[in-house]
Amino acid sequence: MEVNMTRVRPYGDTLDDGYMQLSFTLPVQCNAEARKAAELLGEKMGLEDVKVVYSDNIADNFSFFVVYGRCTHSVDMTAIDIPKVDADFMSYQEINGFIEKHIGRKIVVVAACTGTDAHTVGIDAIINMKGYRGEYGLERYPWFTTYNLGSQVPNEDLLAKAIQVNADALLVSQVVTQRNIHIDNLTHLAELVEAEGIRDKVLLIMGGPRISHELAIELGYDAGFGPGTLPSHVGSFIAQALARTIRNSKEHTKGVYP
Amino acid sequence: MRLDIDMAFVDRARSAAGRIADGIQPTIEAYTTTSIERTVLRLLGINGVDENDVPLPNIIVDQAQAAGLLEDGIAYWIGSAMLHQGLSLSEIANALAREEVSFDRIPRSDHDTVRRVIEHEATRVCSYIKGRRLQRERLIARSNSGTPPYLYVIVATGNIYEDVIQAKAAAKCGADIIAVIRSTGQSLLDYVPYGPTTEGFGGTYATQANFRIMREALDAVGRECGRYIRLVNYCSGLCMPEIAAMGALERLDMMLNDAMYGILFRNINMQRTFVDQHFSRMINAYAGVIINTGEDNYLTTADAYEEAHTVLASQFINEALARRSGLTPWQIGLGHAYEMDPDMTDGFLYELAQAEMARIIFPEAPLKYMPPTKHMTGNIFKGHLMDAMFNLAGVISGQTIQLLGILTEHVHTPHLQDRYLAIENAKYIMDNARHLREEITYKKGGIMEKRANEVLKEATSMLEQVAEISLMSAIEDGMFASVKRERTGGRGLDGVIRKSERYYNPFPGIFMQELTSSDFSPVLWGNPAKGQGRGAE
Repeated sequence: MEVNMTRVRPYGDTLDDGYMQLSFTLPVQCNAEARKAAELLGEKMGLEDVKVVYSDNIADNFSFFVVYGRCTHSVDMTAIDIPKVDADFMSYQEINGFIEKHIGRKIVVVAACTGTDAHTVGIDAIINMKGYRGEYGLERYPWFTTYNLGSQVPNEDLLAKAIQVNADALLVSQVVTQRNIHIDNLTHLAELVEAEGIRDKVLLIMGGPRISHELAIELGYDAGFGPGTLPSHVGSFIAQALARTIRNSKEHTKGVYP
Repeated sequence: MRLDIDMAFVDRARSAAGRIADGIQPTIEAYTTTSIERTVLRLLGINGVDENDVPLPNIIVDQAQAAGLLEDGIAYWIGSAMLHQGLSLSEIANALAREEVSFDRIPRSDHDTVRRVIEHEATRVCSYIKGRRLQRERLIARSNSGTPPYLYVIVATGNIYEDVIQAKAAAKCGADIIAVIRSTGQSLLDYVPYGPTTEGFGGTYATQANFRIMREALDAVGRECGRYIRLVNYCSGLCMPEIAAMGALERLDMMLNDAMYGILFRNINMQRTFVDQHFSRMINAYAGVIINTGEDNYLTTADAYEEAHTVLASQFINEALARRSGLTPWQIGLGHAYEMDPDMTDGFLYELAQAEMARIIFPEAPLKYMPPTKHMTGNIFKGHLMDAMFNLAGVISGQTIQLLGILTEHVHTPHLQDRYLAIENAKYIMDNARHLREEITYKKGGIMEKRANEVLKEATSMLEQVAEISLMSAIEDGMFASVKRERTGGRGLDGVIRKSERYYNPFPGIFMQELTSSDFSPVLWGNPAKGQGRGAE
């Protein structure tokens, strides 16, 4: 099977058949007209051979549809360029060895769920001793000193702690993303760090189920970690990024605050 | 017995939980809090806001605290002010808020005279709340109660009017219970927002107006469907007792109301929380509200297999504290959750063992079973299957309240169709396996029986350890949810006030008189004779 990377389309059971499945609700009574409306909507979305395979009235004036159709569009994947976190992922042992060799002191990390966000499950998985999916959290690493400030931490408090303990990296977790509240919050923190004049002293890192590295770069962070991230991923990035900075500036400035 | 559980350990655990609760009781008795005093004002009918949207209860209680008078109870001082100025309650409240009257200028009135005036007002509001409870009982008697597990879904649009649309749709699909999720962060507000609200983050603000709007909507849809649709909100955070009062006035049916959740997961001061939970639970008890405890939270931060005993230990403590606030056993909706890693071999057996164990240990409690959340990934297809297994465990083990899992958990707050699919899933599984529970028995000495007894033994030894060192010390040591909290740390300690000998609050006396009378038996589901809706036996 030869996939043409310049025009990639969905695969049902034959290359380039374009089959897609969707389900959605329309705020109207479920009847023949509504089913036709669902079909037309599929066509407007660029599907052909649209089939409404299931429909049901799910409340007064709300109908639910399952729809199949063949997508007429394709994408050129050779033209896609996604920024990725720049790190070779290492194991627990390798990371500790790397820090000992290239940095020679403990790396200080301050972490929190900031703003009104009360969901610490992500930050706890990365930081706390116990870790996630059988991997230890950074707290367990002999070459990391971690401060997990918990949930609903004001950006100002996170920054104050970072300055107090000469943090090398700030980890911010954002789980609640309704109405893009996380964007405001993350932007605010970046501005505060900038205003304190310590942006070049500290790695700014964000994480969460709706976070991407692309978003991180856009908001002026050093890295963004999405779903499935393990503590060692974050640890590898921090260690390598810090080592790079140390190499680049003969004077070791990370973690030394004005 | 369905699963052979060593009842000697159950007795030991329950007695340790009793000692734990007794240990904390002197603290609860010795203190009041700003939120309790604000609740007193709310119950006395003072619930407006000033032109800056600051609630009158906050203004007045802050004034009394600044004047150093709160140790006598706001009821005493508002009564004194009424008598001195010759004004009614609402007049004096407005005069204080506008600073036309100041507590500094109010002399102490004769205690008995104050009590007579305030007691009169308090009795009136209590009979109104009792009336709301009896109204619920009439509505339940008139409607089809259905069969447990009762289907519980959440709405969380941020806009109360949009919530109403979603809630009505869910009720028509078959939901029995609707919870309106609060806006993120409300638990840390030291006041209750006012009026109908249309903006919230990840949920809708709990306000008395929002409670009323949703109550009316659910009553209307309930009439249409011939069922009583129950309404839930969050009686937690810094305003725990105030929310209880609002819920009692607006006939909410259930309240999330945990004795330790705020301490562990919201870093609210422990003294504040223990004092607040006691008064809020008295109000809930009197209003005929079912409380839902939050043990599921232990498993979102820790492994569900390894930490199962902490859930059970917390259930015993919540039960003991709730009983001391006058709640009947069938008002204590203890929480637990289906949160084991789906990759675990025999995970379903362990889940079912623990669900059966909870059912046996707390036979009268309307247990609230929480769905998988931690291991939901965004793969909605697998998620829907996990929710189906959870529903099967719920119906087999005879849970009372089933908080339905939603296939888009981890993606967004539920859309209309997500809730429809969740209810369809639950109805299919539960109807299909309705009487399976009566047909099966578990293998003697099998995996499940061993598991349940292991968890029970671990919980018992944990409770005995906590009883030994006291609950507050145990929390300081990080024995719950691996979170350490200081006795004088966390939010809200500045609102904890030692009571004077003259302290006066008319409500605990009125509530407890009713709650301890032998004929106090609120009807919460249909068929009280059949055990108040507990799982089919």
